Amino acid sequence: MNKFSWYEAKSVEDALDKVNATASDILGKRPNESSVIFKAGGIDLMDLMKEGLVNPGTIVNIKKIPDLDKIEFDEKNGLRIGANVNLATLEGNSLIKDKYLALHLAVGHAGTPQLRNSATLGGNLAQRTRCWYFRSLEHQCFRKGSGTCFAQKGENEFHAIMKNETCASVHSSSVSTALMAFNASVEIATSDGKKRKVRMEEFFVHPEVDSRSENILNSNELITAVVIPAPKAGTKSYYIKQGARESHDWAMADVAVVMEMSGSNCSKAEVVLGAAAPIPIRSKEANGVLTGKSINETVAIAAGEASMKGATPLSGNAYKVPIFKTIVKRAILKSV
Amino acid sequence: MKIDKDRLKSNLEGENQPEGSKKGISRRGFLRGAGLTTVGTVALQTGVLGNSLQEASLGEQSLGPDAVLIKLKVNGRLRSLAVEPRTTLAAALRDHLQLTGTKIVCDRGACSACTVWLDGKPVNSCLTLAVEVVGQEITTIEGIGTEENLHPVQQAFIDHDASQCGFCTPGMIMTATHFLQNHPNPNLDEVKVALRGNLCRCGTQPNVFKATLAAAKKM
Repeated sequence: MNKFSWYEAKSVEDALDKVNATASDILGKRPNESSVIFKAGGIDLMDLMKEGLVNPGTIVNIKKIPDLDKIEFDEKNGLRIGANVNLATLEGNSLIKDKYLALHLAVGHAGTPQLRNSATLGGNLAQRTRCWYFRSLEHQCFRKGSGTCFAQKGENEFHAIMKNETCASVHSSSVSTALMAFNASVEIATSDGKKRKVRMEEFFVHPEVDSRSENILNSNELITAVVIPAPKAGTKSYYIKQGARESHDWAMADVAVVMEMSGSNCSKAEVVLGAAAPIPIRSKEANGVLTGKSINETVAIAAGEASMKGATPLSGNAYKVPIFKTIVKRAILKSV
Repeated sequence: MKIDKDRLKSNLEGENQPEGSKKGISRRGFLRGAGLTTVGTVALQTGVLGNSLQEASLGEQSLGPDAVLIKLKVNGRLRSLAVEPRTTLAAALRDHLQLTGTKIVCDRGACSACTVWLDGKPVNSCLTLAVEVVGQEITTIEGIGTEENLHPVQQAFIDHDASQCGFCTPGMIMTATHFLQNHPNPNLDEVKVALRGNLCRCGTQPNVFKATLAAAKKM
């Protein structure tokens, strides 16, 4: 790691007053003493810095800002999780396990127990892709602002099987898969003292829209919370992550299913696929199969099939298609 | 048995043994002596930087990028050290405080060999900066048992031959001990889940699980 200075932010305003760049802004650029970026848990940032991809002049620590580590719930406003809540705390929260099972499962399968004790929810959303070309200093890839996606003709076994024409990276936050299925929004503070709330699908940015950034955050913005509506009565959910090994690994495929049920009938379905595309995506096709149906194995299999409609796997990752079909089916059957 | 004890002995070096108390020349002792010129340089810088630290403690300005004087509470003792902000907790423990029981293996949070407790919770010290844990309680492998009085988990690891090359062992013991403190009567599946983050390339996991289950009965 290159040398940097260190500043402990006292408040959100203080932090926003100090920073002048996002990690993505300075990624792949020469060390610049005047660049100032945020750090929370630092899990992803430390990795990027150790690889020499991000070389800030100053790091502003936002992890000790008061009041960003609260979890609040009421039936009217739903669940509000402060950006600095760590994943272990989320995993251990009984209300989340009770009302948002898919989120509980997604958090519990993210990283290792050690990482979950440090990793914050805000940092999990803002982390960069683990595509090995993106993480390599030697590859000027599409996600770093050049025109070439090396995964298209290179090693692509863990890459995207949908919406992958320009860049085949997958977003690494499996927690986001569950959050999107629960229709979560990201609360963002801006340096002019205002706050804005964006839905998960607006928060993440497909490489065709912005090749260098995976989310809409600007350098004068900070995630302060994630807000999830209160689940309607009869809501059922489940989450499955398939990795290469059981201990811990990035997802090869993951899926979150949230269904509003009346009896065995599904009145509304949200199936979200992670590690399928450069950003987490809703499967409108699977949702369409489930909505208005009585949930049984035949319907679940049909939804799994539908979820992979239009998949465009690359040379090394067609194996993901049957995995997605299977875990979509299983998650649907497990949730009811 | 003797070999195993020697192996753990190297994990117990550090603050439990005063400098120069060891008889003869050990490999690590020799290396430490050879590094004395560096220590001198750091001490000089520390003197110069004493002022900037005082100002920084008022909280209005940033620290670094050169070395700054900080105090860390490690294994119940307050320790002073001069580190750059980029110094990881793992490097601070090993290189500055000679607490070499904590191992650095992948240096990316993927193997958990560097596991220490921060305010009682296991974290990766390779992904934690020394400057960010000022004021927090840090516990390392040297803090849970001594050579004369091993922690039950350490003893169980010896009894069940739960280490081969030994590099993952301190991290395994820190994780297992924390787990057992919070789950006094676990089953095998729970132990496996608890130790998911700790990689062992030698393949000692079955014995690690056995040792952890055995230690549960003695804690």
